[in-house]
Amino acid sequence: MHDIYNFVSGPLVWVSFIIFFGGSLYRLISMAVLARKKDVFVYEYMSLKFGLRSILHWIIPFGTVKWRKNPLFTIVTFTFHICIIFIPIFLSAHIILWKESWGISWWYISDTAADVLAIVVIASCIFFLVRRIVLPEVKYLTSISDYVILAIVAAPFITGFWTYHQWPGFKVMGIIHIVAGEIMLAAIPFTRLIHMIFFPFTRGYMGSEFGAIRHAKDW
Amino acid sequence: MAEPAIKRNDESYKIVDEGIDKGIARLSPEKIEQVINKVLAAETGARLKTYVETCVHCGLCSEACHYYLSHDNDPKFSPAGKVKQTIWEILKRKGKVDPEFIRDASRIASTECNLCRRCAMYCPFGIDIAYLMSVVRRLCHMLGVTQLYIQDTAHSHSATLNQMWVKEDEWIDTLFWQEEEAQDEISSLRIPIEKEGSEIFYSVIAPEPKFRAQLIYQAAVIMNAAGVDFTMPATPGWDNSDQCMFTGDYEMMGRLKKAHFETAMRLKVKRIVMGECGHAFRSVYDVGNRWLAWKMPPIPVTHAVEFYYELLKQGKIKIAKKYDKPVTFQDPCNIIRGKGLHEKARYVVEALCEEFIEMHPNREHNYCCCAGGGVINTGPQYKMKRIKGNRIKAEQLFATKTRGAKVIIAPCHNCHGGIEDILHHHGLDMELHFLGDIIYKVMEKPV
Repeated sequence: MHDIYNFVSGPLVWVSFIIFFGGSLYRLISMAVLARKKDVFVYEYMSLKFGLRSILHWIIPFGTVKWRKNPLFTIVTFTFHICIIFIPIFLSAHIILWKESWGISWWYISDTAADVLAIVVIASCIFFLVRRIVLPEVKYLTSISDYVILAIVAAPFITGFWTYHQWPGFKVMGIIHIVAGEIMLAAIPFTRLIHMIFFPFTRGYMGSEFGAIRHAKDW
Repeated sequence: MAEPAIKRNDESYKIVDEGIDKGIARLSPEKIEQVINKVLAAETGARLKTYVETCVHCGLCSEACHYYLSHDNDPKFSPAGKVKQTIWEILKRKGKVDPEFIRDASRIASTECNLCRRCAMYCPFGIDIAYLMSVVRRLCHMLGVTQLYIQDTAHSHSATLNQMWVKEDEWIDTLFWQEEEAQDEISSLRIPIEKEGSEIFYSVIAPEPKFRAQLIYQAAVIMNAAGVDFTMPATPGWDNSDQCMFTGDYEMMGRLKKAHFETAMRLKVKRIVMGECGHAFRSVYDVGNRWLAWKMPPIPVTHAVEFYYELLKQGKIKIAKKYDKPVTFQDPCNIIRGKGLHEKARYVVEALCEEFIEMHPNREHNYCCCAGGGVINTGPQYKMKRIKGNRIKAEQLFATKTRGAKVIIAPCHNCHGGIEDILHHHGLDMELHFLGDIIYKVMEKPV
């Protein structure tokens, strides 16, 4: 058990971080090179000002017509996305691990707060799941991979919650939790989770086209 | 779980289109695979890849689409739903699709999407679904599968450099004829042909000389009243329209725009002013110029709405008596989402009319007319499909009518075609006009 723990919390962490950062960088660079080769005008039309203008509207809750028309979805998706980045970085248990490994630490949230936020994330995942099953327009687009991706994202939070509360088998669950987190990180560059990396570019490009060329808003 | 990508019980399957049937009959799976992979490899790259891989299948784009809303939220008509049935499958199967798949792909991309780009404002990632549909149209074109009627206009473009098989002498004759007609009203009026060094090259789409010649008459009256130094060419290149852009015949699109720009250069004009047409503006300002490697058009291009705005703002045309019927305004996608002319258009409408009533949604968020993007040009057999595919527009217009609007102003030919059919089908008793119609009615005219 200890050997497994040491392995998943040691070398595997390195592997997952390398895959995440390296993979994301690779995807970005290869896409940029491909764009230079095949869609060179993207560089011509990309505008920092209008790209950022569009991105800004879309990353502000209720900043676009679309967000305002779907208030429940907007609240859930913003809370969810903020939490899945915020919790792992500012969780005290994670910070202890950083400190033990590299002697670095920073501000962290209380365990109770983390607990509540984890529930929020899990509830959001259930919301997305139900949405996929119930809404015809989402169901129509859904394939097995969409459920797998949702599971990849939900798993670290469910297992983390389980481990923290020391429910039965929590030691094994702790190991599963670490692996689940690593899988999620490693999956980002190579699944549709890549939207995390590509979002600024796709939105920014549409914002540039709409703003600089077409003198219109795209939100 | 996942539903089958293609459903084949749709009534649109009953539409007979010789262009499609004959095209499909010539295909074999091997040919399809070869052509698709060749085109994808040569012409697509980072954008297609990024868009397909970034889409998280969230369905948020659905409510952007008038087809989806008009078909009781049928997911097959959602923007991403159309992408799923076409380009996702093509990529997933690496081009190994059968001729019937291409038949469906052509139907979806060419008759169930107007490339209006409203969905780009509803997708959080800003995925350009109109671009993805254009890729499908391009593939169909390269496979020789295009609706007969629009292919005929593409042939006309190819043979005559105009959309309507208008011969050179007929074009010149039409200008003379409209000049003569208008001289009965304003004796000093001229439509200067081939006047080198003019300020403005006034360009129109071929349907104007073909069956809406009074629009040339009206434009001439406006130009003369405003004292504008304009000319119209006597050679091919006068037509600014472009159905080839919509069939995916980009080589031909390039020829058309080249002829148009070169005509302007030959006449040594300072800019091109275009009539009230949306798709032509998209072609000249946004798409065609790019194919010719011009980041922006090589010569300034002004749409009629912006031109009227200038004339009114500068007091070059005076209003004798404002139009007294309550009007509403249809924002055409290609000049609103395509050029942001919505506020200028409102300035013009307010300057001309006593009472202006907004339809909702409006400006960038207005619903498409369902005729643009080449859809009306696919022919009369698709007319009911267009009307059914835009029930939401009928509802929007009806709601505006109940708030008092009696007249719809639409500064776009396609919007006219689409809305005319909708008004007629639903018995919505509203008038439909161009801005030029209203200006002609209310302006002070010289004698």
